[in-house]
Amino acid sequence: MTTRIGVEVSIAVADAVKLANPDVVAAYPITPQTHIVEHLAELVANGELDAEYIPVESEHSAMSACLGSAAAGARTFTATSSQGLALMNEVVYVASSMRLPIIMSVANRALSSPLSIWCDHSDMMSVRDTGWIQIITENGQQAVDNTICAFRIGEDRRVLLPVMVHLDGFNLTHVIEPIIFPGQEEVDRFLPPNNYPLPLNPDRPVAMGDFAPPAIFTEAKWAQEVNIRNSMKPILEVWDEFNRIFGRQYAPVEKYHSDGARVILMTMGSVSETASVAVDELRGAGQEVGQVRLRLWRPFPFDALRRAVSGADVLIVMDRAISLGGPGGPVASEVKAALYNLPEKPRVVSFVAGLGGRDITVTDFKNIIKRGVEIAAGGSPNEYEIYGVRE
Amino acid sequence: MTIKKSLIEIRWHGRGGQGAVTSTELLAQAAISEGKYAQAFPSFGPERRGAPVQAFNRVDAREPVRIRADITEPDVVVVLDPSLLSKVNVTSGLKKDGWVVINTRKTAKEIKSEFGIKHRTATVNATKIAREKLGVSIVNTTMLGAVIRVTGVVAKESTHQPLEKRFGRLGERNINAMETAYTEVAIEEQ
Repeated sequence: MTTRIGVEVSIAVADAVKLANPDVVAAYPITPQTHIVEHLAELVANGELDAEYIPVESEHSAMSACLGSAAAGARTFTATSSQGLALMNEVVYVASSMRLPIIMSVANRALSSPLSIWCDHSDMMSVRDTGWIQIITENGQQAVDNTICAFRIGEDRRVLLPVMVHLDGFNLTHVIEPIIFPGQEEVDRFLPPNNYPLPLNPDRPVAMGDFAPPAIFTEAKWAQEVNIRNSMKPILEVWDEFNRIFGRQYAPVEKYHSDGARVILMTMGSVSETASVAVDELRGAGQEVGQVRLRLWRPFPFDALRRAVSGADVLIVMDRAISLGGPGGPVASEVKAALYNLPEKPRVVSFVAGLGGRDITVTDFKNIIKRGVEIAAGGSPNEYEIYGVRE
Repeated sequence: MTIKKSLIEIRWHGRGGQGAVTSTELLAQAAISEGKYAQAFPSFGPERRGAPVQAFNRVDAREPVRIRADITEPDVVVVLDPSLLSKVNVTSGLKKDGWVVINTRKTAKEIKSEFGIKHRTATVNATKIAREKLGVSIVNTTMLGAVIRVTGVVAKESTHQPLEKRFGRLGERNINAMETAYTEVAIEEQ
């Protein structure tokens, strides 16, 4: 039985984890992720969630504990943010290389310094190449739904990979909004018990994360690459199955009035809904503007992106992170690479905005779209622009 | 009184520890329980007890709330602590036809002339009500009643369940305080 209630998104994510019935939660609290793990600790302490909660002394230990737990075949969850994700970085790589389906919420927050506890996507970008599946959500419902989907995706026999579910720190984690919770029975039907194929077992010893000399390392990485690329099909199947049961459809690139639009704005995360209001207002004024939202960051949805945007004249990509000394926005850079060899492609204009929690309003998005069209028409000496920066 | 538009934006002014964030949470839960769409959120970042704080509501009777930016032009501002009036420009960005709802012993006329408030104003002595009904001078739940009366944003009964859930055995007293403020709030004539 589904219920619709008003609840803080962090609490809702923790309740979604409970619905997935994990065996182990190992986490270290960090703003703005804290409410997620606090609530999980509370659920375990109250006996409402039959799981082992491992309070660790750092994020590095959190992910290390998760490695052991997932390797033993336990359904395993953790959550972190920003500096915490940076601290656990080396272990993050190991999780995917060892094919361990650990699920992690990341409450997106800027990386120091200067110290900022507010939202941007620097932390997400710092783990781009770690080999994790990465889903980006833009409201509480999507965070809840995709937390449940993440377990099913990661534990799929064809996948066996860790999955990050990104949700914007504060802008999502600290907002109370309506959430539709699926019933436990439906979730149980959707999400079968974890059946990890080769769990650590003293009676049947296996080796994991071995030493790899040059003769084998390349093959190990190629196997990983084939594996994460091939996860696209199971991801799509899980999202379709979720829609059949729960009535909400997700896709790697989600379209909003983008079919036939001359100008398309690409966004990710919690600003996406605000941006859609700007798109509505401009369309109301007769402009052929549409929007696409990036839902899946890894594996990168090359085909879905090309299909969604190749007919447009201008594609404006708004990143919430900056690749210092590089091409500006990391997502824009990826998008340019995806489109480069196409004969027909839009001109890609890159904006960076919303760093360290700076607000982005409907008016800001209208300005970004206007400026993006100007840059596309007249060219610009800049590879990208930081919206609203004071020099 | 009711505000007749789909999306209503409310900014709550209080001091850290006075429960402004809880007020927004309860109001959003009440609206959502009516099938409406709502957001509640604090001003993001660290907070200190006693320092001026803000918290926010968006309530939409018809459509999902899509805007996730700060509220800079509210329809209503609520002042939990009258001592803030001399410290904070509470009407900053308030829409021309917006409302100020203040916890004060004074009349709207007195408070408007004292602080140069131009907007329509509703007043209620929430501190007195909270002391009588709750035994403490924490007015966040009391002020809910005043806000609901001024805005009509939810039915006051819709706050009962969220108040009971939040405060357990103290739920009924909080409901009483809320209801009393609903009755006693003085809404300025136009």
